[in-house]
Amino acid sequence: MTLEMFFQHCFNALTLGSLYALIAIGYTMVYGILRLINFAHGDILMLGAYFIFFGTFAYGWPWGVAAVIAIAGASVVGVAVERIAYRPLREAPRISALISAIAVSLCIESLAVVVFTGQPKPVLQPEWLLSEWTLGNVRILKLTAFVPLITAVLVAVLLYVLYRTKPGLAMRAISKDIETTRLLGVKVDNIIAFTFCIGSALAAASGIMWALRYPQVHPYMGIMPGLKAFIAAVFGGIGSVQGAVIGGLALGFVEIMTVAFLPELSGYRDAFAFILLVLVLVFKPTGLLGERMEEKI
Amino acid sequence: MRFNTSTLLSILVMLLGGLLLWHADAFLGDYQIYIIKLIFINAILALSLNLIYGFTGMFSLGHAGFMAIGAYVAALCVLTPEQKEMMWILEPIMPPFDQLFTPFWIAVLAGGLVSAVVALFIALPVLRLGDDYLGIATLGFAEIIRVLLTNMTPITNGALGIKGIPEHATPVTCYIWMLITLIVLARLLFGNFGNVLRCIRDNEIAADVMGINVFHYKVLSFCLGAFFAGVGGALLGSHLSTIDPKMFNFLLTFNVLMFVVAGGLGSLTGSLLGAGIITVLLEWLRILEEPMTIGSLEIPGVPGMRMVVFSLALLGIILFRREGIMGTRELTWGKLAARFRRHPEGGRA
Amino acid sequence: MSESAKDQKDILLSASEVTMRFGGVTAVSGLSLAVPRGAVTGIIGPNGAGKTTAFNVLSGFYTPQEGTITFDGHSIRGRKPHDICRLGMARTFQNIRLSHQMSVLENIMVGCHVRRRQSWWAAPLGLPMYYKEERAIADKAHALAARLGLDDVCNEQAGGLPYGAQRRLEIARALATEPQLLLLDEPAAGMNPQESLDLMHLIERIRKEFNLTILLIEHDMKVVMGVCEYIWVMEYGALIAEGTPEEIRSNPAVIRAYLGEDMVHA
Repeated sequence: MTLEMFFQHCFNALTLGSLYALIAIGYTMVYGILRLINFAHGDILMLGAYFIFFGTFAYGWPWGVAAVIAIAGASVVGVAVERIAYRPLREAPRISALISAIAVSLCIESLAVVVFTGQPKPVLQPEWLLSEWTLGNVRILKLTAFVPLITAVLVAVLLYVLYRTKPGLAMRAISKDIETTRLLGVKVDNIIAFTFCIGSALAAASGIMWALRYPQVHPYMGIMPGLKAFIAAVFGGIGSVQGAVIGGLALGFVEIMTVAFLPELSGYRDAFAFILLVLVLVFKPTGLLGERMEEKI
Repeated sequence: MRFNTSTLLSILVMLLGGLLLWHADAFLGDYQIYIIKLIFINAILALSLNLIYGFTGMFSLGHAGFMAIGAYVAALCVLTPEQKEMMWILEPIMPPFDQLFTPFWIAVLAGGLVSAVVALFIALPVLRLGDDYLGIATLGFAEIIRVLLTNMTPITNGALGIKGIPEHATPVTCYIWMLITLIVLARLLFGNFGNVLRCIRDNEIAADVMGINVFHYKVLSFCLGAFFAGVGGALLGSHLSTIDPKMFNFLLTFNVLMFVVAGGLGSLTGSLLGAGIITVLLEWLRILEEPMTIGSLEIPGVPGMRMVVFSLALLGIILFRREGIMGTRELTWGKLAARFRRHPEGGRA
Repeated sequence: MSESAKDQKDILLSASEVTMRFGGVTAVSGLSLAVPRGAVTGIIGPNGAGKTTAFNVLSGFYTPQEGTITFDGHSIRGRKPHDICRLGMARTFQNIRLSHQMSVLENIMVGCHVRRRQSWWAAPLGLPMYYKEERAIADKAHALAARLGLDDVCNEQAGGLPYGAQRRLEIARALATEPQLLLLDEPAAGMNPQESLDLMHLIERIRKEFNLTILLIEHDMKVVMGVCEYIWVMEYGALIAEGTPEEIRSNPAVIRAYLGEDMVHA
């Protein structure tokens, strides 16, 4: 393998990892607060991708406008899912909420089949993203450079919100102790809705970039990235945003590099993430940056 | 063993059912027989998941993986060497498997056993995890099994799958396997073994301090559930006569989960009811996806509508009737009789 | 060690210099105690003194970093709770741990499981031996329920019982494991004076009837002083005193620990 190829792979891994990271943040934030795997999160990504597809292709809006509308639309769906399917079950056993999440996920997918049809649709990538920069012998597609850049900006904004604003403080407080936070007068339900809003917006952003990078949309496109991003979140330590980013990037590198160096394993690519998951859960269940949560005896 | 009225009644009903099915061809159409077989197979799957999740409290989402193993093993056992040689066109089939040829009941048993052995290897690392982590890890293993089935072409024929599996799964065969599953699980779960598993489900720490080796029983329950999932998968493969890796995706696990949740977690009779009702409902929902003509109005079929209704139904159950049809209760002859006595006019019972 | 133990009284459970740390926090430090066979003994101390942690260490939930624990001649440090139960130690919990959806009888039957001989696979085969043992277990559970005054609620769901009955059920389930030593974690918590009094009689009665050794943790001084022959006092994870109830009553360190706590509350 030449050095140029290696750099090429690095950029691909960075791009894929950034996409995983953005989705993983939503999982980790929701899990940190509600101890719930939001199965519908991957489908929010799919909706974001479809919205941008219709915005730009069917209605001919400019990319920027379409992206903002797609993100807003997906966030609304994310908040609605929380309101309808998770909030009534907050006092129920955790597994009930998980089954509810699975049901919602399937519902969104099959609704997408009904509304958008099950046929994959090609996404037209804008010309300016397909041009390349050349650095010596390394050629970088502008798209693969933009994705990590945008991700970095979004993560920076999120960290600012989490650590420098009041709602961010409330979110962190809820993840430590929801009841005490409620007693302190925080409107817990609103903060949870806000969390879903942020998570869904990031997933939608990831969905938009996903649609650009792997240029097609279909109703089940969110399942695999969703599952893998959840694994990334577990790997990084669930509940930790920084961990989710690290986990996402790590997973991106594992997938791209293994296939790059051992092409004969490419058929097993989808299994890597799950093998990684099992290894993490067996050897370090709290992930890289996660906190220990033990049942009190 | 004690013989009381309930046991005698149960045996009588079981025999009567068998007798009716023996002559099913005489008074049922192909489609009805197809549905009845599907109900029996789904009941096996529901019972096995109920053992793992409803009684032992292990949230496993790997059922489709175990079914796949059962189906593939059984298919490899019942196909003749000549059929296999013709079907494996991508790569020739690997040596020990090309000559394998067994009767159907051994094939089903082998499917269950291999599935249980695989479950044992999965259980050792993942059963230490709780709740939703366990769900994701088992889901992950089911996906890994699927990826393996797609890539191990010399054994599984890869993405092409296996076609033309002889349809040995007659209504009576499916019925007998369902009865075996039901009787084995009922005998286990209605005795003290069942109490132990339910104690593990409700309070693992208390079980541990009562001298129960929690991990041991979890592994046991998981493997036993996987065994019957493998049996169900083997029957399903023979019933459909075609299997491929795509078919054993998460949706299949979801279907089984739906039977169990709808019937009632921790209720065997609930699982039977859930499997029966939802199987019929799912078939009935097919009309949503077919074009309809009402008078002169033509409504085109909407593909995907079936799953929308289905997932909304599960959402409805979880939101409004979390305990399902039966909750953790069981339907017994005594309760049935009491029900009839309370409604002497026999209006609804 | 065993020589000297034999010389003195017959010691059933002994811990020496047990230290349990969680991260940087030392929950129990240098705890040593020796529970003589057949006695009712107690551990007292203010909130957060490490009493429950000590119980969790003794019953095998935590493995202490330092020290040794010997039960009935076996070293049990690092053994699992179910293993220790098999050796003859049972316990109850401060926050009652029952299977709420199961009946009273079924809860007790779970306790019987550890002493059964037939394996699980005897059930589907329907062996006569299996059914015989099942009936024996049911009979034993019935008898235990009767001994603890639970016979008229046998078939009710455990979760629906009043608080005091749930406590007794937990004790009945622990007795079903046929223990030599019973650890009771705050058995009188949340009880009114009359119920506490009944509990004292109950503890005394089951000790005699089942030939038990009992070690309990308690807040209620009246209960502790009333039933315990020997008492250990813990504060901040360490022992500050031990002795008979009379000795404890007049021990200045104990008075300070408790008065100090009272002052904070006042």
